Amino acid sequence: MEQFIQLLHYQFFMNAVYASILTSISCGIIGTYIVSKRIVFISGGITHASFGGIGMGYFFGFSPILGATIFSILSALGIEFMSKKTDVREDSAIAILWSFGMAVGVIFIFLTPGYSANLMSYLFGNILTVSGLNLLLLFILSVVIIIVFLVLYKTILFVSFDEQYARAIRLPVETINYLLITLIALTIVLNIRVAGIILVISLLTIPQTIANIFSKNFKTIIFLSIAIGFVGSMMGLILSYFLNIPSGASIIFFFVLLFIIAKIIKIIQTSIIYKTAVNR
Amino acid sequence: MTPIIELKSVTAGYEGEIILKNTNLIINENDFIGVIGPNGGGKTTLVRVIIGLLKPFSGELIYHQKTYGNGDGKLIGYLPQINKTDNKFPISVVNVVLSGLADRNNIFRRFKKAEIEKARQILEKMGIGHLSKKNIGELSGGQLQRVFLARAIISEPKLLILDEPNTFVDNKFESDLYKTLKDLNDKMAILMVSHDIGTITYYVKTIACVNRELHYHPSNNISQEQLAAYNCPIQIIAHGVIPHTILKDHNH
Ligand SMILES: Nc1ncnc2c1ncn2[C@@H]1O[C@H](COP(=O)(O)OP(=O)(O)OP(=O)(O)O)[C@@H](O)[C@H]1O
Ligand SMILES: [Mg+2]
Repeated sequence: MEQFIQLLHYQFFMNAVYASILTSISCGIIGTYIVSKRIVFISGGITHASFGGIGMGYFFGFSPILGATIFSILSALGIEFMSKKTDVREDSAIAILWSFGMAVGVIFIFLTPGYSANLMSYLFGNILTVSGLNLLLLFILSVVIIIVFLVLYKTILFVSFDEQYARAIRLPVETINYLLITLIALTIVLNIRVAGIILVISLLTIPQTIANIFSKNFKTIIFLSIAIGFVGSMMGLILSYFLNIPSGASIIFFFVLLFIIAKIIKIIQTSIIYKTAVNR
Repeated sequence: MTPIIELKSVTAGYEGEIILKNTNLIINENDFIGVIGPNGGGKTTLVRVIIGLLKPFSGELIYHQKTYGNGDGKLIGYLPQINKTDNKFPISVVNVVLSGLADRNNIFRRFKKAEIEKARQILEKMGIGHLSKKNIGELSGGQLQRVFLARAIISEPKLLILDEPNTFVDNKFESDLYKTLKDLNDKMAILMVSHDIGTITYYVKTIACVNRELHYHPSNNISQEQLAAYNCPIQIIAHGVIPHTILKDHNH
């Protein structure tokens, strides 16, 4: 415990704590949208496509995260456009962009002479080295997401529940979809430093899946996911520090642990309800 | 007779395949049009054109009353034939009904107490008031169909379009539904697609036969010969309706 309090005096550690908070807010809200709308596969596609930008960043010497941002937004808009406006099937469009981004990334990383510093942290995450700039951007993104979901809550809910009906009553379905897919892309990119490309998708899905065990209400799932996300990433962060392992892996380890605990609680809860119902 | 929507020689279909040829139709206030026709005849296509979900290849679609989302009362309330919604989606029954009030001119809107109360009342009238707080995934097919009906009428639209509203629901609710529609018809025009010709001719005022072409029949009394002349072979699929029920005179 003393060791832990000591840690709180270090700037890098406090940055990591702030990152956990912002990660759980941004991923909590956006992830609830992703899971409810069943677009986990789209999000996986966007995540992996962004690797192309990271590779190009290394090769041409600009910020890999900037490259990832451009790649992920373009692939997000590309998937939305290809699946709605052309006759390419959505999952095929995703698969194409997913592997294309990865291929571009691999090619440029192999072409880059010498050692690609930090490559591991892009792949598996390193919450302890999140930069101040990344934190600031994550903060701005979280504020934007909160505002968007506050003012557009019902419209987002209606459009994602029944797109056909939303079109029939002339809600701006296209605008909402493009806005949200862009927010998804940005959330993914800015959380890559926390969990890594390979694992970031779980920040957007496991807390929601746990929350969904206890609630079927969109708003409640958001709040629960934020709380679960924060607990999981704080514990993961501490484990990552003491064992010197990538934070993405340690966070997911705790998420799965929380998931199992939640399942057990739920099973006990249902059996109690069942027993009282039978005994009445 | 005040027109609400008018189709002028509309031709529509999918990817080059023409489904509706040269269709003319005027829907006036307080109309109650029954749309009949064989499977694949183009009834749903017609509905999608009227609602604006499907852009016609040619022809004109005129909305005479431009009240689409002007706050009080929408132009069209709509019950789709098949709902492609995901029943695991985390949304409550009352919120689904409220989505019928969503307004494209005010996407930032919140719902007032009175509107939520209204949604509850409509659900009550549909016999599922006790389910209003439930998640849609916890409902049966027929209950869900009632929720979508409630969503279609909550905005008190000028025109209510129902694409086979009697699928999934039990016959008690079906006859209640027709009575409700009759009441609603005082306030709004109704266009209802149905295969149950025997029953609907009793409630509707006029009939539109749709089989690649639209033939408008300005009465609710239609004979087998007339159906044949309209190229509308529906007695073949009309389940259990014996021809004399169709011929029976329902003047009221
Ligand atoms: N999205 C689509 N793409 C291509 N063709 C379609 C599409 N939807 C319908 N069709 C075709 O259009 C024709 C008319 O379909 P529609 O759904 O309008 O029929 P319907 O009269 O409503 O039939 P039912 O009584 O079975 O509901 C059918 O032949 C169908 O194959
Ligand atoms: Mg149909």
